[in-house]
Amino acid sequence: MTLRKYILLVIICLSAIGLQETYFPKEVDAFTNQVIQRGSTGDDVIELQARLQYIGYYNGKIDGVFGWGTYWALRNFQKDYSLDIDGLAGLKTRQKLVDVSKFDGKWVHEQIAKGNDFTYYGGTDLAKQTKPKAKAGGGSTPPKQQSTQNTGNQKKSTNNTANTGNTERKTTAVNVPQGFSQNDINLMANAVYGEARGEPYEGQVAVASVILNRVESSTFPNTVAGVIFEPRAFTAVADGQIWLTPNDKAREAVLDAINGWDPTGEALYYFNPDTATSSWIWGRPQIKRIGKHIFCK
Amino acid sequence: MLRWIAIIALAVGVAGTAAWGYKEHQEKNAILIQAENTYQRAFHELTYNIDLMHDKIGTAIAMNSRERLSPEMAEIWRLTSESLANVGQLPLTLLPFNKTEEFLSNIGEFTYRTAIRDLDKEPLSDKELDTLKNLYSQAGDIKDELRQVQHTAMENNLRWMDVQLALATEDEQADNTIIDGFKTVEKKIEGYAEGNVDSAISGTSSENHKYENIQGEKISEEQALQYSKDLFNIKEERDLSITETGDGADIPLYSISFSEENKRAYLDVTQQGGYPLTLLVDRPVGEQKISLNEGFEIAKQYIEKHDFKDMEMFNSSQYENVGIYSFIYNQDGVRVFADAIEVKVALDNGDIIGLTANNYYLNHHERDIPEPELSSEDARDFVNPNVEIQEDFLAVITNDLGEEVLVYEFLGLLGDDTYRIFINAMDGHEEKVEKLNGKEINYAGI
Repeated sequence: MTLRKYILLVIICLSAIGLQETYFPKEVDAFTNQVIQRGSTGDDVIELQARLQYIGYYNGKIDGVFGWGTYWALRNFQKDYSLDIDGLAGLKTRQKLVDVSKFDGKWVHEQIAKGNDFTYYGGTDLAKQTKPKAKAGGGSTPPKQQSTQNTGNQKKSTNNTANTGNTERKTTAVNVPQGFSQNDINLMANAVYGEARGEPYEGQVAVASVILNRVESSTFPNTVAGVIFEPRAFTAVADGQIWLTPNDKAREAVLDAINGWDPTGEALYYFNPDTATSSWIWGRPQIKRIGKHIFCK
Repeated sequence: MLRWIAIIALAVGVAGTAAWGYKEHQEKNAILIQAENTYQRAFHELTYNIDLMHDKIGTAIAMNSRERLSPEMAEIWRLTSESLANVGQLPLTLLPFNKTEEFLSNIGEFTYRTAIRDLDKEPLSDKELDTLKNLYSQAGDIKDELRQVQHTAMENNLRWMDVQLALATEDEQADNTIIDGFKTVEKKIEGYAEGNVDSAISGTSSENHKYENIQGEKISEEQALQYSKDLFNIKEERDLSITETGDGADIPLYSISFSEENKRAYLDVTQQGGYPLTLLVDRPVGEQKISLNEGFEIAKQYIEKHDFKDMEMFNSSQYENVGIYSFIYNQDGVRVFADAIEVKVALDNGDIIGLTANNYYLNHHERDIPEPELSSEDARDFVNPNVEIQEDFLAVITNDLGEEVLVYEFLGLLGDDTYRIFINAMDGHEEKVEKLNGKEINYAGI
């Protein structure tokens, strides 16, 4: 008898836990408990920007990327509400922000999903703050690229309690390294993929580094496009392989190279020793070999 | 009857093929001509620019008032950069033409420095005037040589497409006037190279402290392998491959790599002292589980563990599910921009998947940082009054002349844009102004 009682008790306890789990529906549009810092992306940043805009601190676009504009808005908010001015949205700052502002997550995300031009200032009718985005330049971007660009963000986030800003929704902006556009990155990714798609990862970073080293060097053109399209500089350009669609790995390699990784030791040239016929290239001081390529000064 | 039908069908077929072939041929020709034209344009522009540049250098020397030089210098500088762009468009890559390019960029550098200098306060020295005269006569030689090539090319109707072919096939017998002409130009300049070494055109100061801080015993391959296991975070035996750098390397390195299913890791470590310069781990990064901020804490602990002292975070960015953090060295409250390292953290499980410390080891040393002569308030007066200053720091940066200078770094807003402004802490000179972007509309999204 007592055993049954025990079992019953256990079952009741378990179901109580289960009930609790299901009782509180997950609030989709509230801050998760991460500390949000400059460079972050995702829903938490959207909420942060919207709330700061609601009380008039943030005048930029609500785009889900924590850039400089958001940073100053947050610092000014922290200053006025005598919080620690650190530009980090920690627990205290978030609580204060939630206390003094409102956030209609459903509305904001709807605007973002529709691609509308919108603002979120408090005290003004929301309907007046949004208008459909004017179609710019015909929008001839093939939708195909979209899937390669953002696979990371698109990954289905299972509906568990992942305490981060990762969602199925996309942000309307992305981080880019200072001084580079996504287009520059894509162009380089094309070149890297065309030149070194069969190489190990560091070999791809290395080819991207050589392109950047040439841009820096005084004896080569001063732009990424100039270096890549320099006649006879890259075989992939000459034989058209540059126009193959690059994969994510090539793009990551380019990003690493732009962010400072250079496994070549500042090489300006590389060649495949099995196919190189130019005696001149063999005479360059060699730095090292990565994969099939020899890198030299 | 049947025969006639067959004959007509064949005739139509032949005619059609001929027409198609002719059209293809014409199209091919059109494209070839277009390419040829691009080359021709670049070549003729180059010749013209060098000629003009020669004239301008001459005028500059002849100018009586040295103070009027700045616009002239700027003009020469513009011409050198245009010439370089044109050289870049010619199919010369396999032809050793880099000495000429270097020569051009030397002139450019010299004139740029003179152009941005206040020639009222600091007129051209006699030595610099000598340099200018030297450059004048050298530019004259190059001009003559190029004009010669141009003349022969035009007279004989030479094609750049043929140059390209000759270079591509590396045919020894090919007697190509253009190639030979360019080789002569290159030879001439090679002869000058040494003559210019002592002139005012010389390397930048950042050359001085190459890997100064790399000390210690030379480590063996075994030690390097052992160390790499620690950095790769692998415990069991693995097939690691190790190679050494060749003669061209600035500093001798061991490169260690290993790969397994879905994962590849690569490490550069200095032979002397065994310092890590580059670490790259390539693996698929799963769903984000930790925040950018938590990733930062991991990165910070990691660099402290690897003996990078007094580093402060300078920037952080999230790219999909990877966090990239840059740190710069802070010497007694002064930010030293040159001594930078970057760390990459996978935001799925917090693994370190990248480190680059090349800049740090290249530049790092204890600097003799002077006391600033201006106060932060004084320095603010030199900033555009429309900029709302938000943050300020003391920093050491490398300026346009390649010298390390002590500056006040102001971060401020002008409209919605953020700017980083460097004001020399000694004389208030505005060393550098940068617009900070770091994000962009997601063209692929929505």
